Amino acid sequence: MLEIQNLTHTYADGHTAIKDINLTVQDGQLVSIVGPSGCGKSTLLRCIAGLIRPAEGRIVLDGTPADGVPDNLAVVFQDYSRSLFPWLTVRDNVALPLKQRGMSKAQRREAAMEALESVGLADAGSKYPWQLSGGMQQRVSIARALAYRPSLLLMDEPFGSLDAQTREDLEDLTLKVRGDGGMTILLVTHDIDESVYVGDRVVVLGASPGHVRADLTVDLPEPRDQISTRELPEFVRLRAEVGRLVRGAGETAEQAATAAT
Amino acid sequence: MAALFAASELLGRAEIVDRSYLPPASSVVTRAIELAGDTLFLQYLADTMTAWAVGLGLAIAVAVPLGLLLGSVPAVNAATRAIVEFLRPIPSVALIPLAGLLLGSGTEMKVALIVYASTWPILFNTMYGLAEVDPAGKDTLRVFGFGRLEILLRVSLPSAAPFIATGIRLAAAIALILAVGTEIISGFGEGLGIFIAQAYSVPDGARDVLAGTVWAGTLGLVIDAALGGAQRRMFHWHHARQGGTT
Ligand SMILES: Nc1ncnc2c1ncn2[C@@H]1O[C@H](COP(=O)(O)OP(=O)(O)O)[C@@H](O)[C@H]1O
Ligand SMILES: [Mg+2]
Repeated sequence: MLEIQNLTHTYADGHTAIKDINLTVQDGQLVSIVGPSGCGKSTLLRCIAGLIRPAEGRIVLDGTPADGVPDNLAVVFQDYSRSLFPWLTVRDNVALPLKQRGMSKAQRREAAMEALESVGLADAGSKYPWQLSGGMQQRVSIARALAYRPSLLLMDEPFGSLDAQTREDLEDLTLKVRGDGGMTILLVTHDIDESVYVGDRVVVLGASPGHVRADLTVDLPEPRDQISTRELPEFVRLRAEVGRLVRGAGETAEQAATAAT
Repeated sequence: MAALFAASELLGRAEIVDRSYLPPASSVVTRAIELAGDTLFLQYLADTMTAWAVGLGLAIAVAVPLGLLLGSVPAVNAATRAIVEFLRPIPSVALIPLAGLLLGSGTEMKVALIVYASTWPILFNTMYGLAEVDPAGKDTLRVFGFGRLEILLRVSLPSAAPFIATGIRLAAAIALILAVGTEIISGFGEGLGIFIAQAYSVPDGARDVLAGTVWAGTLGLVIDAALGGAQRRMFHWHHARQGGTT
């Protein structure tokens, strides 16, 4: 269980990015996080990942307050291209973190190729990241996270550079991973449809500073299907509700900005 | 280069200057080629190149780890800054007499000076390269549970490697200058610089002095070209990324 308690973070320049965030995520749950840009989604994920020490509040994992980077964590960074190593081939990029798993070289390579295949990049293993398009690089960083088989997976706008078809494929891959169990997933997205389609819950953040505006349970039948799930009245209702909340969150931010100037 | 060659050829042939001061370029080149078959000369050459290689190798072995330490542990950097700032401006050539007093004029002295002089560019380029490492790469390995030392070796070192290589290339040129220069100044022993120094002290030696100089220049060019080529091949990812090509 992941508990985020009273999390507040103020950057060195005095800007408070998130304020008093409380969230509890059950094991195996997939929580979508949406909110206007700049509302602190990435900051929240970086605090959970232990990359930022929050000014206040704490992250508790299975009852133990986390100090630094949690064990069995994988992150798909928003800035995926900078997170890949240009001197390593795509396959070696994916295989590198597996050293932490005590796997042999052959096992690491096999796991890497398997993960690359699952994101549709079976043929790109021996290329270098800079030889790939942005969308392909993004899939490499997703493959790297999946190959690691983390118990906590944080994804920051992981499908942003993908074309519609690939995006749907990877949404379904994410749902499959969640269905296999054992992985708690936090997925930040700016696509409202996506947040509802893949989520067990949708958390809407409001801006200035980032706070939890709403926490909605997604009660849609399993397995989800790109066509039929999106036709369900419940899907349509949720999508509209999330849309209104995000829009409202944006307006609040704008009004706050206008008021401040 | 060609103009220089032609000018010296003309001046030499026309006997505008004394032939023994400035022999025509063609005769210098002929002599330089001739030296390739001279066993004593080749022995001298091998001696200089050995000192160069050993000195450069030791400099790399000292400067890269030192640069990694200074570049990644700010406290050590701050503590040693005063020493570095004191030593750095001393021209290495000015240390030749001192090194001669302390170490004699043998290979040790040559190697010591080469190590001293070629450590600086490697050290500073290593530190500069570390400062330029993208934190995103370090964060990536951090979240996957890698420790500080592993991140240093697996992310920072490879990221900084192209800069370190540039430092080594600069150091290679400096090492050659020091190797030959030390020999010329110390004046006895063995080496390309000794060959030049000895030729200088005999009448009619100008042709040998210049032929030796041609060899030194050629060595410098060949070493630089070889290292430049190796650098391009090893760090294709660096250039490809900087050029923005895919
Ligand atoms: N390193 C930083 N220093 C100062 N301010 C930052 C830093 N990173 C992000 N911010 C600010 O914090 C706020 C939240 O940023 P971020 O978490 O990246 O938002 P999001 O991911 O929701 O777009 C923004 O106003 C952003 O400008
Ligand atoms: Mg973000």
